[in-house]
Amino acid sequence: MTTFKCHVGIGPTVTGEALVADDNFSARYDLDRKKGLFSRPQHKLYGKSYKDKILVLNTAKGGVATAWMLYEMKSRAIVPRAILFNQANTILMQGAALADLTMCDQFVDGDITTLISTGQQLEVNPVKGIVTLLQN
Amino acid sequence: MNLTTEEKAMLNGDLGEPLRWAIDHQVKVGTAFDAIDMVPVSQSHMMVDPESVGEAGVAFLENLANQGARVRIPMITDPRGVDLSYYGPLGQTEQMADLDRRTIAACERMGILMTDTCINYQTIMPPVFGDHVAFGDTGVVIYSNSVCGARSNFEGGPSALAAGLTGRTPRYGLHLDRHRKATRRFSINEMPETLTDWGVLGATIGKLSGSYWEVPVIEGITTAPTSDKLKHMGAAMASFGSTPLFHLTGVTPEAGSIACVGGEKLAIETITPYDLLKTRSNYGSPGDPVDVVVFAAPQLSLIEMSDLAALCVNKNFTVPVIVCTSPQVYPDATRMKLVSTMEEAGAKVLQGTCFYNQYAREIGEANGWTHLLSNSAKIVNILGGYGYKPALASMEHCIDSAVAGEII
Repeated sequence: MTTFKCHVGIGPTVTGEALVADDNFSARYDLDRKKGLFSRPQHKLYGKSYKDKILVLNTAKGGVATAWMLYEMKSRAIVPRAILFNQANTILMQGAALADLTMCDQFVDGDITTLISTGQQLEVNPVKGIVTLLQN
Repeated sequence: MNLTTEEKAMLNGDLGEPLRWAIDHQVKVGTAFDAIDMVPVSQSHMMVDPESVGEAGVAFLENLANQGARVRIPMITDPRGVDLSYYGPLGQTEQMADLDRRTIAACERMGILMTDTCINYQTIMPPVFGDHVAFGDTGVVIYSNSVCGARSNFEGGPSALAAGLTGRTPRYGLHLDRHRKATRRFSINEMPETLTDWGVLGATIGKLSGSYWEVPVIEGITTAPTSDKLKHMGAAMASFGSTPLFHLTGVTPEAGSIACVGGEKLAIETITPYDLLKTRSNYGSPGDPVDVVVFAAPQLSLIEMSDLAALCVNKNFTVPVIVCTSPQVYPDATRMKLVSTMEEAGAKVLQGTCFYNQYAREIGEANGWTHLLSNSAKIVNILGGYGYKPALASMEHCIDSAVAGEII
């Protein structure tokens, strides 16, 4: 099975289906958190549901609100199962720590948004810093 | 991470559950960013508006307060989501107000000072050069890092709270010299004029930088801009780029010269008038309808309130105009009749809130507001995701458009 090495992250080991875009992320700027959809028209995942998906994106953007929002989203179970970034910012990691949401970044093999495709099944192990493609 | 004896006691739960949670949170975050140890901080500033925090977050805060949590350092707050003296007319519900009241009560029990402001660097206690702080609100962080020379990462609400409780934060990112050096070098040939022009410059550079870990240095600023101009530039840069620090050669304290910030070997990227026009062109055109005009993000300083009030004299607005300022500025603005001047023209001045964190989607739907006009580059960037079609214009043009009911 193909594996990708990344920095040690936050949260439990999870499996799920990838939803990938070469775009950035903010829960405040980009999401309709009630409906569980990307709501910003300019976002490459506009209209897509993020519930239970493993989001694979470039980096974080915008403000600090996401740090609370991930916890609130998880409390309602309308939340991604994990988020992988080429590079996270401080807010996203802080939010993941509060919500116990799985998050990893800094992949040694290159741009993770080109190495993983939407629909692929993944296992994310943040303690070891390894993402495994469960099917090619 | 290397922890002191006291920090190990916190982590072990010897000093109570709130401190165990706080230091555990900080160790998790610090480990993700390769922090070697903690650094003491002099202040903390928490974003805790109820739309972001939600029912789950408020319950979390109440639980900490019930467990006896108490902050160790001065800790202040970002704007609230509800102006409790004026929320029904905006379409905000009792449920929203109650969530805000519960948040305030929990924070006060922990000893947090409810300043409710994103311009604390203009009104409360600006950090000083080299001061390690734990600030939330990206506009506060970028101003404090860049203009004051203080040292803070973007600290989301939970992390700012953890820092308030432990009096420290993991030493990573902007606390370290190596992350404060310039990585992108921009040049401008023409000084921006209005606050909006400064915001557009910040937005353009933020978009080009595009990452928390990029540090732009800007050359070509020929005279020192005002605090309000740098406030708008920084807030927009942080919003568009997640940028926490910029340098202006000859202006900001770490950039006496380009060499001081290690930028002399970076390729120069010139920001042209076309680049600025391209940023601006995404946000409205003359003749577009206007449903609501908003002055916020960041909250208005007393000087902005004065300028805005002067523009409101003898005006009669045909669309709602909302002005957000801090609870520190509001009494002065009232005493100086700036608030009454604005409200006589038809505006509403809110205190302690900022429009975008006031349940912007819900109040937009309740009032039928889609076409929003503002002089803030930051707010037009945020509100696209909240169902608005935001437009950008200078303060003067916003006022004239509020009279005309369309962008002039």
